Amino acid sequence: MKMMIAKIAGLALALTIGLTGVSFAAGAYPKNKPREVDWSFAGPFGTWDLGQLQRGFKVYQQVCASCHSIDLVAFRNLADIGFSEEQVKAIAAEYEVTDGPNSDGEMFDRAALPTDHIPGPYANDAEAASVNNGAVPPDFSLLAKARAVERGFPTFVFDIFTLYAENGPDYIYSLLTGYKDAPEEIEDELSEGTYYNPYFISGPALAMAQPLYGDDVEYDDGTEATIEQQSKDVSAFMMWAAEPYLVERKAMGFKVIIFLLIFSVLLYLTKKSVFRQLKSA
Amino acid sequence: MSGGHSEYVPGNGVSKWLDERLPLPRLVYDSFIAYPVPRNLNSWYTFGAILMVMLVVMILTGVTLAMHYAASTLLAFESVEHIERNVNYGWLIRSVHANGASMFFIAVYIHMFRGMYYGSYKAPREVLWILGVLIFLLMMATAFMGYVLPWGQMSFHGAAVITGFFSAIPLVGPGVQEWLLGGPAVDNATLNRFFSLHYLLPFMITGVVILHVWALHVTGQTNPTGVEVKNMKKETVPFTPFATIKDALAIALFFVMFAWFVFYLPDYLGHADNYIPADPLKTPNHIVPEWYFLPFYAILRAITFDISIPFTGIVLINSKLGGVIAMFASIAILVFLPWLDSSKVRSGAYRPLFKQFYWMFAVVCVLLGWLGSRPAEGSGFVGMITQGDLVGNYVAYMQILTAYYFAHFLVILPWLGKFEKPAKVPPSIADAVLAESNGRVSAQPAE
Amino acid sequence: MAGNKKPGAPEPTRRDFLYIATGAMGAVGAAGVVWPLVNQMAPDASTRALSSIEVDISAIEPGQAITVKWQGKPVFIRNRTEQEVADAKAVKLSELKDPIARNNNLDGAPEATEVNRSAGEGRENWIVMVGSCTHLGCVPVGLAGDFGGWFCPCHGSHYDTAGRIRKGPAAENLLIPPFEFVSDDTIKIG
Repeated sequence: MKMMIAKIAGLALALTIGLTGVSFAAGAYPKNKPREVDWSFAGPFGTWDLGQLQRGFKVYQQVCASCHSIDLVAFRNLADIGFSEEQVKAIAAEYEVTDGPNSDGEMFDRAALPTDHIPGPYANDAEAASVNNGAVPPDFSLLAKARAVERGFPTFVFDIFTLYAENGPDYIYSLLTGYKDAPEEIEDELSEGTYYNPYFISGPALAMAQPLYGDDVEYDDGTEATIEQQSKDVSAFMMWAAEPYLVERKAMGFKVIIFLLIFSVLLYLTKKSVFRQLKSA
Repeated sequence: MSGGHSEYVPGNGVSKWLDERLPLPRLVYDSFIAYPVPRNLNSWYTFGAILMVMLVVMILTGVTLAMHYAASTLLAFESVEHIERNVNYGWLIRSVHANGASMFFIAVYIHMFRGMYYGSYKAPREVLWILGVLIFLLMMATAFMGYVLPWGQMSFHGAAVITGFFSAIPLVGPGVQEWLLGGPAVDNATLNRFFSLHYLLPFMITGVVILHVWALHVTGQTNPTGVEVKNMKKETVPFTPFATIKDALAIALFFVMFAWFVFYLPDYLGHADNYIPADPLKTPNHIVPEWYFLPFYAILRAITFDISIPFTGIVLINSKLGGVIAMFASIAILVFLPWLDSSKVRSGAYRPLFKQFYWMFAVVCVLLGWLGSRPAEGSGFVGMITQGDLVGNYVAYMQILTAYYFAHFLVILPWLGKFEKPAKVPPSIADAVLAESNGRVSAQPAE
Repeated sequence: MAGNKKPGAPEPTRRDFLYIATGAMGAVGAAGVVWPLVNQMAPDASTRALSSIEVDISAIEPGQAITVKWQGKPVFIRNRTEQEVADAKAVKLSELKDPIARNNNLDGAPEATEVNRSAGEGRENWIVMVGSCTHLGCVPVGLAGDFGGWFCPCHGSHYDTAGRIRKGPAAENLLIPPFEFVSDDTIKIG
């Protein structure tokens, strides 16, 4: 009787897992899983590559910022990616922000200060949509945390131990480098004004045309601006924008966990000592 | 187990002065220092203390977050990012609070499953158990409302789905829903009241926890043998230092897991879509609740059929209402557990057949949780039988497992109580502990 | 509980060391937990960054004043007439209730002379002060009171044309915040 129940239980479990299939059972997209990149900030001891973040910022400024805002980042935050106070002031001064009302009751434009947030390309979402085929280019501030592709079973369990947390930047990198010509079979199904990309999470094609082709910017540090390099750099920059405290978080985590492990050992020894005092009744 | 009078003797003048005016020192002494605890408790019994610490953690981090959070649809999302980016240690406090909710539920599920294994719900601890179910319900309400506050896509659309349940209530449903929302849809009124209630409910939880611990102290703890304490001197130890130090160790180890998520995987248990500001006009591809609600979400969506009078068109309970009833029933049924499980033997340790069904039940709960994250696709059980729709028929799996879930309580447990042949239950705790060590040593407590 | 030690027992045992070490580590952990909870109430990064403003003063005629908000407080910016400056110069230091300039732009504790209270040589017509009465913080009213300067209606403190306390319960001259002329038309406060 017991054996039978055990067998049925095992069979049910196996069937359930087996029949539902592994990997991306939840949806047909993206067609391709994101390519995994070796990020400097990955892992328990990850750190920012400040040079990469500055290059990524340049790509943002010169390519992406024509359509994408990054509202939550203030110019003063750029000090975290290696710019000096003077450089931050200079970068800010290149931009104009609206201020006011002045004593005449009017709004006016002035050069941005470090305390201002980086102004976006459009006044509001409606303007953004009207110029972009009805689609609002998403704000960059949190995009690297707002995109994740299902990892599937059992990968999502392994991720807890490998500490894989770079789903967002991997996705963005893959998307940027993943544009290709649509396969003939589905070419006709694609909506007007969309572009085929097998890495796109919500369908076969997205409203953004390929933004990077290589050599779209000239890097100050002389790094070759290949499409892969630029995509990597801007994805890393976006990860910083989404989580400026990532490195502090991981560094503190190491200290806290070591502390807790040592403390647990002490508590264990104390517990043993306390219980040893129990003589037999 | 509350025994007779207190044996508290004030240790110093201040304690004596206070105790004469308000017997608080006495209460603390009787409840947490001298309080007798069975000496054979294993580590599964530390989760009550873990839960109390987690409640304190959530209240402390929650109150400090509330100093910076703005509960308005215009400001909420940005205020959370303000906390993450500008407030000193804001990113840390937020991560502790968000991941703390998950840890709270991990601990509460282990605590509940321990109770179910060792028969902690059996007489005379029925009220203790029911108070626990009440705490669980309050936790679920608190967590649900808390998740709405960041006002991300999942916050908004999850709120829309859950509050949508209330419209399923016959006659008064839509009115109740509008009353809950403060309008025709989830909006600023809803967000503000959820913030108010989210702040309030943890203190109600604290009140019920006090009742829960009080009820526990009246009857005393169960222990892994399920046999009540017969000899206080031989079979119990004072709470301090024995349970105190053991709980402290358990809490430290639990915190290692907690820290693992807070510092290295802060967004793992959440959903990426909640980093997108709420947009009422755009629904996410898959609306999924937080993981701790997934089994109930699966049960909810398993009811895809209307219950109507046969051969007429009259629908008694439509599928939406049916789902809501099933979901609430799956929690309500816990209240009746002390009476559904009719076994004379308390602890699952001496119930070999029960053990197998217990683990089946645990597996079913995990599978229901996984199914809660899947889209509600497939033609259901009926389709599986009639059309052989086997692969990817998630609705069918949800229906089968939901049926099994209820069968566990309504069929299996009562049947087991009647027909199971339990193993020999030791006559006392002391005997059980002695037996374990084969009489080699005198009754040392299980560590 | 701590064993079978009698009072006055010689050295601490290894067990005592263990308990003390554990307790000490617990205390350190507790402090580590408490610190972020306390520190989160201190001014956050965006507040600390917003500590300076720039003000256009080109439209302020002699005899006029504006009030701007800086770090949440009112700041009086007044373009004083020659008479007001002369009146302030005429006051002897010994008549002043508070002889210290209270000017954050000057080092040390210089005397509350007219020039030390103004925006400096060549700009003596300008005076910039935090409009918060040094008694209990009410906002004084301009061109009022017995000394031609400011008067605080809450408890009757009188300030002169250089914002120095002359009569009433306030003990200090109105505070002069850190500021500078970034151009002839613009001052930066903070």
